[in-house]
Amino acid sequence: MAFRIGLVLVAALSVWSIFTGVIDLTPAQAVTDPGGIALIGISRAPRTLAVLITGAMLAVAGAVMQVILRNRFVEPMTIGTGQGAALGILFASFLIPGAPLVVRMVFATVTALAATFLFLLIVRRLPPTQPLLVPLIGLVYGGLLEAGMTFIAYQYDMLQYIYTWTSGEFSGVLLGRYELLWIAVPVGAALYLIADQLAIIGLGRSMAVSLGLNYGQVMALALLAVAVVVSLTVVTVGMIPFVGLLVPNIVSRRYGDNLRQTLPLVALTGAGLVLASDIFARLVRYPFEVPVGTIFGVMGAVVFLFLLYSRPRHAR
Amino acid sequence: MHARTLGLLAGVLVLCCLGYLTLGARAGWDFILPFRAPKLAALLLVGASVSTATVLFQTITGNRILTPAIMGFDWLYVLLVTVAVHTIGGFALADLPPLVFFAIASLIMVAASLLLFGTLLLEARQDLIRMILTGVILSGLFRAGNGFLQRMIDPNEFSVIQVASYARFNVIDTEILPVAALLTLLGLAAAWRMRHRLDVLALGRDAAINLGEDPRRGYLQVLVVVAVLVSVSTAFVGPVVFLGLIVAAIAHVLTPVPYHAVLLPSAALVSMITLVGGQAILERVLHLSTPLSVIVDVAGGAVFILLLFRSLRP
Repeated sequence: MAFRIGLVLVAALSVWSIFTGVIDLTPAQAVTDPGGIALIGISRAPRTLAVLITGAMLAVAGAVMQVILRNRFVEPMTIGTGQGAALGILFASFLIPGAPLVVRMVFATVTALAATFLFLLIVRRLPPTQPLLVPLIGLVYGGLLEAGMTFIAYQYDMLQYIYTWTSGEFSGVLLGRYELLWIAVPVGAALYLIADQLAIIGLGRSMAVSLGLNYGQVMALALLAVAVVVSLTVVTVGMIPFVGLLVPNIVSRRYGDNLRQTLPLVALTGAGLVLASDIFARLVRYPFEVPVGTIFGVMGAVVFLFLLYSRPRHAR
Repeated sequence: MHARTLGLLAGVLVLCCLGYLTLGARAGWDFILPFRAPKLAALLLVGASVSTATVLFQTITGNRILTPAIMGFDWLYVLLVTVAVHTIGGFALADLPPLVFFAIASLIMVAASLLLFGTLLLEARQDLIRMILTGVILSGLFRAGNGFLQRMIDPNEFSVIQVASYARFNVIDTEILPVAALLTLLGLAAAWRMRHRLDVLALGRDAAINLGEDPRRGYLQVLVVVAVLVSVSTAFVGPVVFLGLIVAAIAHVLTPVPYHAVLLPSAALVSMITLVGGQAILERVLHLSTPLSVIVDVAGGAVFILLLFRSLRP
């Protein structure tokens, strides 16, 4: 039921998104006027699709990360996966200047994986009695990677370049410049297929192994999927923080943690939330735009604080 | 007590200052001095105020892995400046005499930090990790809010903020130097006068009450001094997240005593050495263009994680 209402809402938002922009577009033009059709085909529709895919996939990646790390307060953009991907793009652009997008993508995935893996190594040494330590170390770790990035960027005079693609926004999305994002869709579907195995991983290593799960393999697959999704979004639209943190928390408050059931809802909520924020970003200072990542930064931080203080102690 | 260590540190600092003034100089003193001396003075001031703010903050929170910057103080200041620009306009703000601007900014900063950190942080003192996490998230919130407001501002006025929100040691606005110097010295003097009371406050709430100290009043006064010191140093060089943490940690190693009469000067000396020496090496020896603050942040993040791990050990 909730899923159907959500679908209708997201569809309505998508239509609104198609008709939002600097060039006025009436519904009549959208069907008959060749200029209107071209506008939709080249700019509006790709942008809307890009937002939907990004939102859905970031939310799914966050849900998977929270299950793997068994912690409600983590998500790829705050524990170094996103920063790792950005670092990879930076390496790619000064090792192979003018590298095609796919090469940058591969670099980003490898470094995102490495960054996440290192984080898992650090986290494994933390005492399980202090669940809030995981997000804290994650935030500092992400900040460390970012500072490293700034250092390199300064040396090679690429600070502005970095600034443009680390602040997540969709204004650059046009036909022919976002298609890589579609790769995220089958990856997300694959995560859905192994949702049950992921849920078992969430029970802990010993439990998963004694239930006959190939723990290492499933873990590796999940991490790879998350790294690919995150790298795709960082390469095409930049970093949008907190999506992966908020959406799974909102959904699981009501529908619990059965990933197989909740993942579609998580994806839909993520898509809708990011799309709503993107429309807001386009309208709030019309005709200029505010990066959607900034809006999510503000919104996400407030909700994070709410989660931090509202959750009853015994529920953590 | 520890006079030798302090003397040694002072000696190193003098060497660093000389190095900063003379290294790579291709002209005479009378030419170099007007350029480098104000910058040197600024670095010294910032160094002392950052370290003092950190030591004071660690004392009232009873923890050595904290620094005002991790808890978002710096970005709060930047955000306040942005809000001010947003409401009264950048040019009107730039027209204000620096002293008036500083006074207003510091006042708002004191009020805001008392409200926010006084209630939120000091009450939540028992649950350390939650408190730090709150601070880090608040810091992110101020940062994002700042970014959002900046996008809403006229591009011409934007330049006014940009000056405030970037940590920069090579280009220092010497125009505000006298004002900043005055305020910093006042803050440092206040901290120094409180040094014995700080020793008492560091023992914790109950012990402080038993020793005849009103902890609530003490914490309040300390927060005011911290807010002033942070505003001045942020206005000067922008946010430096981890500098205070590193230098306080080093000071604890070099002079392992709980007395603020030793700790405050020792941390200040280490901090000034780090800034002046680091800047001299970076600028004149290595010729790197990266700001020192970025390097300090990389090192500082690592130190923070290390300290956190160490504090977890039983």
